[in-house]
Order: sequence, then C-alpha cells, then structure tokens
Amino acid sequence: MAKAPKKSAKATTKASSKNSTSDDFALSALQDAHVKAGAYDASDEEKMALYEQMLLIRRFEEKAGQLYGLGLIGGFCHLYIGQEAVAIGLQSALDNDRDSVITGYRDHGHMLAYGIDPNVIMAELTGRQAGISKGKGGSMHMFSTEHKFFGGHGIVGAQVSLGGGLALAHKYKEDGGLCLAYFGDGAANQGQVYETFNMAALWNLPIVFVVENNQYAMGTAVTRSSAETEFYRRGAAFRIPGMDVDGMDVLQVRGAAEIAFKHVREGNGPVLIECNTYRYRGHSMSDPAKYRSREEVQEKRDTQDPIEGMKKMLMDGGVSEADLKTLDKAIRARVAASADFAETSPEPEPSELYTDVLVEKY
Amino acid sequence: MPESSNMITMTQALNLAIDEAMAEDDGVFCLGEDVSDKQGGGVFKITAGLSEKYGEHRIRATPISETAIVGAAVGAALAGQRPICEIMLMNFVGVCMDQIVNHAAKLRFMSGGQTPCPMVLRTTTGVGVGFGGQHSDMLEAWFAHVAGIHVVTPSNAADARGLMRASIDANDPVIFIENILCYGLQSEDPGPGYRVPLGKAAIAKEGTDISLITYGRTVLDALEVAGELDKEGISVEVIDLRTIAPYDEETVLASVNKTGRAITLHEAVRPFGTGAEIAANIQEKCWDSLKAPVRRIGGTFSAVPFATHLEQAWIPQKADLIAQIKASVGKA
Ligand SMILES: Cc1ncc(C[n+]2csc(CCOP(=O)(O)OP(=O)(O)O)c2C)c(N)n1
Ligand SMILES: [Mg+2]
Repeated sequence: MAKAPKKSAKATTKASSKNSTSDDFALSALQDAHVKAGAYDASDEEKMALYEQMLLIRRFEEKAGQLYGLGLIGGFCHLYIGQEAVAIGLQSALDNDRDSVITGYRDHGHMLAYGIDPNVIMAELTGRQAGISKGKGGSMHMFSTEHKFFGGHGIVGAQVSLGGGLALAHKYKEDGGLCLAYFGDGAANQGQVYETFNMAALWNLPIVFVVENNQYAMGTAVTRSSAETEFYRRGAAFRIPGMDVDGMDVLQVRGAAEIAFKHVREGNGPVLIECNTYRYRGHSMSDPAKYRSREEVQEKRDTQDPIEGMKKMLMDGGVSEADLKTLDKAIRARVAASADFAETSPEPEPSELYTDVLVEKY
Repeated sequence: MPESSNMITMTQALNLAIDEAMAEDDGVFCLGEDVSDKQGGGVFKITAGLSEKYGEHRIRATPISETAIVGAAVGAALAGQRPICEIMLMNFVGVCMDQIVNHAAKLRFMSGGQTPCPMVLRTTTGVGVGFGGQHSDMLEAWFAHVAGIHVVTPSNAADARGLMRASIDANDPVIFIENILCYGLQSEDPGPGYRVPLGKAAIAKEGTDISLITYGRTVLDALEVAGELDKEGISVEVIDLRTIAPYDEETVLASVNKTGRAITLHEAVRPFGTGAEIAANIQEKCWDSLKAPVRRIGGTFSAVPFATHLEQAWIPQKADLIAQIKASVGKA
C-alpha cells in the first residue's frame, strides 16, 4: 500500500535536509516553516465557520449522491466527500477580491467554499436553466467569474496550464492576486503540468499549485501510477518549494496556506502544496470499487474524518452537542431546499443550444 | 447478456478479438488507463479478464499520460510490436494529437517506407449519456483529414469483432472509434478468426430511391428510418461505411449511380464533417446520375450540452432525416 514507503521516504527527506545546501534549503524552507508553525491558530468563531463550511459541502454532496441515485442527476458526478478540509482550509485564506481559483471536475466543494448559493450549484447538476452554467456545463463545468472561480474542467491536468495563465494575468495587471490551481494525484502525471511548473517558475508567477492527493485516480492507486508518490517534491526540478500537508485537518491546511500565500504574495514565485486526503465515495457515481477494500475506507472515516475532527475540537472548546445539532439541521434544510429548487426549476429553452457559442448568435 | 449462447455484445466482440490476437501474436499488447483487471478491466470492460490471462506486462495500466501512452505505442510499433492503446474517451485525443498526426501517420512516408507503424488506437465516445462538453465529441473528421491513418468504427457486434481483428493485422495506424451507446448491441457471433477488411463498406439495407451514407451509432437510426419509409413507398439504401477513412468510394459511388440521390448522416457536427467530403466527391463523380442535390445531416454546431433534453435536441433527429429524405425524393 501507499502508506509504508511514503512514511520511510519522508523520514529520509527530513534527515538529509539537515546537512543540505542552501539551495536545497530554499526548496524545503516553506515545509520547515509549516512544520514549525503547525496548525492555524483559529479563534472560536473561525473554527465554527470552518466547520460549518465543511459540513455544508458534506451535506450537499450527500444530497447530490441521492439525487443521482434517483436519476435526477445524470452523466458524471464526482463527490468531494472526505476532502472538505482541503478546499475550505485553502480558500478561507484567500483574498477573494484579488485571488483566482481553478480546479478539475470534482468542483462542487470549491464553489460552495465561496458561499455561492447551493441552489444554483444543485440546479447545474440537474441541468436546469437556473444552474450557474445555465445547465449547459453540468457537474464538471461550473464557473463563477464574479468570484474569480474559473472552473470546473474535464480534461485531466489541463486546468493547471490555464492556472498558469490566470497567474500570468495577475502579474501582468499587477493586481496583487494569486492563482490557486488544484489538481489530482492522477493529474500529476500529465506532461502539461510540468510545462506549466517550468514556465511559472521561470516567470516567477504568483501561483499556488495544489495536489489533492486522495490516493486514487479512478481505479488506480498512486503507487500503481507514480514513480514519485511524494508529490510535493515534484516541483524541485523547477526550483518550486514544496509543502507536505495533512489534508484531513482543516487547520493544518489553513496553516500551510498562510505560509504559501505569503511567500507568493511577496513575489517569490510558485509554491507546490500536496494535501494528503482521501475520497470516501467512488470516483464518479458508477465505480466498481474493486481497487480498494471497504475496511480501508472505513478506517479513514473512523480515524481521520476532517469534520469529526473539527467537531471534537469545538466540543472540547465548550460548544454543546445541541448547538452543533441545530447547525446540522439548518444546513440539511438549506441543502434540501436547494434540491427542491433544482428539481422544480425549468429546463433550458431549446434555443440555448445556439447561444453562448460565440458572442453573437449565428 | 446475450439471449442465446451464440449471441455476443459489442463489448464481448471487442474483447474476443483482442484476446484472440494476443493469443496468436506475442507482439500484441494493450496499454491505457485503468485497463488491468485490478482496476476493473477498463472503464467499459473491453479488456476485462485479459490481464489475468496474459499478465500485466501485456495489459499495461498506465498513468494518466496520453502523450506518453500514444508515444509509447508509436515507438513500440516502430520496433515491430503491435500495440493497442486505449484513450479512455475520444476528447482526450486533444492531449496526444501530435503523436498521432505528426508521428504515427507520417513516419512510414517520411522514412521512404522504412518505418511502418502497426498500431491500433482504441477510443470511445457518444452523445446521449450526459457526459457534457469535454467528453462527448465525435472527432473522426480530425483524423480523416490526415493521410496515413485508417479511421474505423463498427455499428454492430459482429463487425466490431471483424474490424478489430483486421485493425490489429493492419500494418498502418488505425484509429478505432467505439460508441458508448453501442456496447450493448448484440449480434450472432461470427466466430474466431473473423475479419472485416478495412476500407470495405457494407450495404446495411438495399434500396432504390436514395443512398443514405452513414457509420457507427447512426446506422441504427438510418435503418429504423429506412424501415419506416419503406411503408410509405420510399426505398432507402443504407450504406454503413465501417471504415470512415479511406472510405469505400466504389461502393458509395455505385450506390448513388443506382439511386440518383444521396444523403450523409453522422453524429459529429455537420460543418466540415466527413459528410461534406463525401457529398463533394459524389457531386464531382456522380453528377450525371444525380437527380437532387446531396444533403447532409450532422450534430448541432455547438459544444454538446449537459442538460438532458438539450443534449437530446443536439443529436441528429430522425424526424429531420425523414423530412430531408422526403424532400430529396420529391415527396415532402
Ligand atoms: C486527459 C484525460 N485523460 C483521462 C481522463 C479520464 N479521467 C477522468 S478523472 C480521472 C482520474 C483522475 O484522478 P485524479 O487526478 O487523482 O483526481 P481525482 O478524481 O482523484 O480527484 C481520469 C483518468 C480525463 N478526463 N482526461
Ligand atoms: Mg486522486
């Protein structure tokens, strides 16, 4: 399994970095700073807000899974359950007036992290006119340019190059923003990712590359696809500092984000963050799940769940179980309302086939 | 599941053809994402059971690296192997187009014949399953526009078996396009060793009033419409190209010379589609027999939409096919 070699490899990194050159130090400096700083020191209100956001994603995705089962959502539908701490930890540290985000097809959580109305997201999943892409894009292709969220892409790895372009625009316009470009452990084996690493480092672009390492690419475990499974090291050849982050702990992710974003904003060029996480559900809704055991999934859920982790922290801090129940109820109600909206709102007009192809109608 | 023991689905047909070729020729091997049994034997199960039978060195699961996958297939083919690479869905050919167009297709020519490239690139696609804009396109025209490759697509299980065998045999690169909606189609199993020669069309139904030229999934629509129009006294000849490029010009032209009318039909978008090439060729070569302009039907000229009924409206419509045939034969 991925686990054993990974830990031993990590130990080697740490040992060798002690007597490494200053160049090597630069590549591991952010990781060292992250290890030293540890979890983000969140206030009680911040913790509650992070919890609420993660729970909204969890409940939204559970509902989307149900609607899929009922045949109300068709095609592909990739759920984010298990990975909530990644999007929330990172995006809570963004400056949404300036920064941009781009990701792949597993994008519902990244949208919800902005506080975008669940109604228009769910309505996109059901292919309705009121959906955020007017029902034309679907689950994999959602955008909110208002929030500088640039999708929602189905070609594995391609969004990384587009992220390079978003970062180039930040630098060109000197708007002070950075681009957060997410991709998967599977996507990390696409050639264009490395073309982008090189160009971004060469041009000192303000971009944070994030590998959401959920251990699998469809049915392929990272050890079956990747010669180097420590993805945060993959920028080293391009002089991009890497960070190895516990993606199941929202405060660890947030802590790493603070360090990485500061580094980028100070004009130091790209950073590569690997968030080690886990997807609980199948790759998409139809998944034979022959490639891993139920026990493996259960073990992760039982011991590392990001939402349960934060819940415990809140309760240790004095929040009552009753208050958390009330919050959960409110979130469930909000999600149920979005499902109603998505089921009842009208389908797009047939004429929509001919709009948005070019600026003008043709 | 097949009704009787000698019926096979297209999925089984493809699997059998590959299995048989691998058993006969040690140089045949498969590579692609998730193709091994540990990962389910391919997303559409075409290689199911084969890694267990032949080992993972011959059914090679790859990283998500299409450029390297096709590059490796081309390289191994140059070295005398017969690789079958899988690009999970047709739209992903965008990632590896260079390896196909600038390498696989041209090496034989540029080396003065020294470097044949006997490889098969299998891929699949199809509108009507809700896969949306980046996972549904029929892009056969991209390849048909390039000299040096065969573009093949089956419309039924028996042809799938025979075309796959012939494609593996071929000493030039073959782009083998499957349609997701056709995998469950059943035929009588033509049996081991069956081959359908590349470049040979099938007359799927004989007729005398108009030639309907199509391939892949839309052959089913064509046959349905032809059956309906028979009842109205319009006799449609349906040609299933099977090999899209280079296509069986002889069969097409002979049919049009007989019927005097022609219409092309494909799922791919109409503008600059393969139908345009075929129509132009007919106009040049059958001018004296033509009684009406050659018509073309194809998908809507937009990205494939996600919303179900928009997607259904995107697809070439049977009603439109009927209307155009009637207009062509003067019975509108
Ligand atoms: C270029 C390309 N190749 C293959 C696919 C099919 N595909 C879709 S998702 C996926 C797995 C990606 O895994 P990973 O990058 O780890 O992301 P995750 O699904 O785990 O979030 C594959 C192979 C694709 N969409 N695009
Ligand atoms: Mg993954």
